Amino acid sequence: MRRLLILGAGTAGTIAANKLRRMLDADDWQITIVDQRGTHYYQPAFLFIPFGRYRPDKARRKASRLIPSGVTRVEGEIDRVDPDARRVALADGTVLPYDYLIIATGTSPHPEETPGMEGDWHGAVHSFYTFDDAVALRGALAGFTGGRLVVHISEMPIKCPVAPLEFTLLADAHLRERDIRDKVDITFVTPLSGAFTKPVASAAFGGMLDERGIAVEPDFMVESIDAEAHRLVSYDEREVPYDLLVTVPVNKGAAFVGRSGLGDELDFVPVDPHTLRHAAHPEIFAVGDAAAVPTSKAGAVAHFELDVFPENFVRIVAGEEPVESFDGHATCFIESGAGKAMLIDFNYDTEPLPGMFPVPALGPLPLLKESRFNHWGKLAFEPLYWSMLLPGRPLPLPAHMSMRGKRVPS
Amino acid sequence: MSTTTLAGREIHVDAEGFLTEYDEWDEALAAQLADQIGVALTPEHWDVIRFLRADYAETGQTATTRRVQAVGGFPVKQQFVLFPKKPGKKMSYIAGLPKPAGCV
Repeated sequence: MRRLLILGAGTAGTIAANKLRRMLDADDWQITIVDQRGTHYYQPAFLFIPFGRYRPDKARRKASRLIPSGVTRVEGEIDRVDPDARRVALADGTVLPYDYLIIATGTSPHPEETPGMEGDWHGAVHSFYTFDDAVALRGALAGFTGGRLVVHISEMPIKCPVAPLEFTLLADAHLRERDIRDKVDITFVTPLSGAFTKPVASAAFGGMLDERGIAVEPDFMVESIDAEAHRLVSYDEREVPYDLLVTVPVNKGAAFVGRSGLGDELDFVPVDPHTLRHAAHPEIFAVGDAAAVPTSKAGAVAHFELDVFPENFVRIVAGEEPVESFDGHATCFIESGAGKAMLIDFNYDTEPLPGMFPVPALGPLPLLKESRFNHWGKLAFEPLYWSMLLPGRPLPLPAHMSMRGKRVPS
Repeated sequence: MSTTTLAGREIHVDAEGFLTEYDEWDEALAAQLADQIGVALTPEHWDVIRFLRADYAETGQTATTRRVQAVGGFPVKQQFVLFPKKPGKKMSYIAGLPKPAGCV
């Protein structure tokens, strides 16, 4: 009996468990998944909860119901991987030996990494990257009647890098609906040189912020937060005052990754970007946000990774060379307020470009352009997440990014 | 990708002027690249640049400001003093490396 151990029961770990259980012979393979939470969240909802547009309890389900039969689910906190002995120790003393290990423990916000940030957490300093933070921000926004709203990214990389931009656009729309937009100054503060990471999309998003009267403070690397004076302070000694700060704290991988000597300086796992395999330990893989690969940390990326990874894994365990290679494909809807959304589609080599998706010329979803179709697309995705994506059933989207339907601006 | 002439020889650069060939760089070229973006190189600058070169050779990726602090031992604050405003970009530009890939 060979043993596959999956660490983490979020989006990537759950899809991996479902797909690999079907692909690996039950007589030959024992599959175990370690679930550190017990609850599975539909994380795109965290963006809507703060605006009172989503009932929080709808966003969570019991993780155990999403793990297929034939996979042993162990609930517990992971203490350490011993890659030489090929075993994982849990905090409660349980030891889980493996032949192959898939790390899918994601990324988490770390407000304690920025001096001053934690002290006023859920006071004037908020975020929306966890269930509790999204619910707390809903209260803060409802009580916000005017002043300086600052949306802030601490450091790249972060989970869902378009979410801060979406939050800013939705906040603008929300404040207009409440008829208090003229009482609020909105500033978007980012360590990047513009509104987004890639030039064509950055120009498009920058234009949208500009149209809405939202100021951008670029190249801002936060050194500390002066919680008493309500100011963000950068390493080059710029200051941005706020009345309500919505920040994205430093993102790090799971601490056990670092403790086990498997991580980079942010506890993400360096793996081959095309096979997701660890260089020093060929029986270890990392999928989803836990992997240090140069594409977005996002559910869509986990989905596309797991369109190609399981076949590769089956080849590897059969002693063959991996052939399919992951291309960094990501597809993200970007809510822009008032019932519209944008869509971007990109990979390691190609930045988000304008065009139509998924069918060239016909779409129906326009890329890098606001449209009601994209908003409906985002809403339509939610039931598919539970019924198709997590169980690893095929969705009508290509695993690899295609240039068909895309235009390269001159 | 295009080419430009610097320090009397042809080098390959991307659209923003970052070198694309690791081996086309040497310290004479670094001095010229630094000059172009208004950085006067001191021994402290050279320590950071040599760390970036060695780290890239090992990992195949340009170190981020966090890594330059955590692994190289140069505090982010000092990086901002040496390479004002945009240390991540300026360090990698002078060191002849791609921009750090944290930006995705």
